[in-house]
Amino acid sequence: MNKVSERLVNGIVKENPTFVLALGMCPTLAVTTSAINGLGMGLTTTVVLTLSNLIISLLRKVIPNRVRIPAFIVIVASFVTMVQLLLQAYLPSLNSALGVYIPLIVVNCIILGRAESYAYHNPPIPSFFDGIGMGLGFSIALTLIGMLRELLGAGELFGARVMPASFVPINIFIMAPGAFFVVAALTAVMNVVKEKMAAKGKDVSKFGNGCGSECASCDLACGSRKADFVPAEAEKGGRE
Amino acid sequence: MSEQVYHVSSNPHIRSKVTTSSIMLLVLIALLPATGFGLWNFGFRALAVVLVCIGSAVATESIFCIIVKKKQTVKDLSAVVTGLLLALNLPVTIPLWMAALGSIFAILVVKLLFGGLGQNFMNPALGGRCFMLISFPTAMTAFSTDAYTGATPLAVMKNGGSVNVMDMIIGRTSGTIGETSVIAIVIGACILLICGVIDLKIPASYILSFACFVLLFGGHGFDPAFLAAHLAGGGLMLGAFFMATDYVTSPITPMGKIVFGIFLGIMTGIFRIFGPGSEGVSYAIIIGNLLVPLIEKVTVPTPFGFTKKKTAKGGKQA
Repeated sequence: MNKVSERLVNGIVKENPTFVLALGMCPTLAVTTSAINGLGMGLTTTVVLTLSNLIISLLRKVIPNRVRIPAFIVIVASFVTMVQLLLQAYLPSLNSALGVYIPLIVVNCIILGRAESYAYHNPPIPSFFDGIGMGLGFSIALTLIGMLRELLGAGELFGARVMPASFVPINIFIMAPGAFFVVAALTAVMNVVKEKMAAKGKDVSKFGNGCGSECASCDLACGSRKADFVPAEAEKGGRE
Repeated sequence: MSEQVYHVSSNPHIRSKVTTSSIMLLVLIALLPATGFGLWNFGFRALAVVLVCIGSAVATESIFCIIVKKKQTVKDLSAVVTGLLLALNLPVTIPLWMAALGSIFAILVVKLLFGGLGQNFMNPALGGRCFMLISFPTAMTAFSTDAYTGATPLAVMKNGGSVNVMDMIIGRTSGTIGETSVIAIVIGACILLICGVIDLKIPASYILSFACFVLLFGGHGFDPAFLAAHLAGGGLMLGAFFMATDYVTSPITPMGKIVFGIFLGIMTGIFRIFGPGSEGVSYAIIIGNLLVPLIEKVTVPTPFGFTKKKTAKGGKQA
């Protein structure tokens, strides 16, 4: 059970795909014009990520090393197709809002990154929860970004007007430059919080060291790696 | 005991009296005619906009320096210049909180977050203005005041109307606070040129290449009135003399300055004549700013005593 919670914390906080690993920036910047779009994109990715992690982990002994990337893509693409058909059937408005970014989940580097660096080398249960953790981290990040952009750029939250009528929306925040501003600001806040915690002598091992690289593929003794995290098992192929 | 005490110090032994703050002070003095004309033209509210912009720019820089525990840099007056330039680029009807927000953005995001004066890759005042143009398109193009109602001369021309060039040169038109009077801007520019603060290369190549572009592609043939109106209208003069020449964001090589000016002229022409809007100086200059490192790289002059390398692998030739 320890492994499960460790994976969840790892995905949501320590190696948050958006704010720490800076992966999957294309959907992060493109679809977060509103909170609901960010949440929708995040949850869609979570579903695909979790299921593909599970299947890849189950098939990790079967998939030959040399053709692993095409094999991953086939698995991921199957799930993306299923999810898209479901969205078209039950949430057509979200589907049209997210547009081309749903099919593009196939090449989302969080999903390929987790398949390559975690699921391919680890048993199904931890891989499943790794997918959930990473997916939730991504969803939380996207929803936060979407909320801030919607609030400043349109004066609304989840489509409901929250700012007073006299508030003039700062349009730039729902346009492309605003995405960069908000992502940069939130990443900076995250780093400050981590530094403050480290300064107070709290257990920062849970929160990474802010070096930006992935702890799983790092041999440095920075102390942020858990004792039960065996590098040999976790990291054979490495991220190439 | 007539032993002489020698002070041994490392070079440089001759120091110039020119400092950042003395240059910025000269720029402020040079901007006074344009500011004064703006105040006379648009009335008391223009003063409020100018004061809010300068005040929030200075306050932002000062508070930022305190928060990040850096040496206080307000005294170099660059924040005052940025605030004033931004104010001169705003319409007089702009809500004051928008002016303050633009000013804070210019100083905080465009200048300080990239390392402060000397490290910013883009002219802060223009960055702030473009932020506001994108954010508040309606308020930024509302040029109706008590003194003048209706569109700016360039917008009138865009829609096929005719304008009075003499009024544009004196400045009795609608527009942003500081851009209307060509005479006032040129007086300020002369102060800067005489004091050696700016070099004529950038403004001259900018204005000339823009004039050529308008003559070639303006669709009016060789029409002096049309050309004069384009040269006197909008932010061209203010931009060419005060913003394109910003030390930090313009090339330092002589050849680079000319290339930079020509690029700005062509971009401004494209934006004004083929673009949907009637103005293009701000966007042309900030796009030009982004190309400055590249321009400097390809225009490094040959030092005295060296000959130009024939090939890339020519090596050092004495």
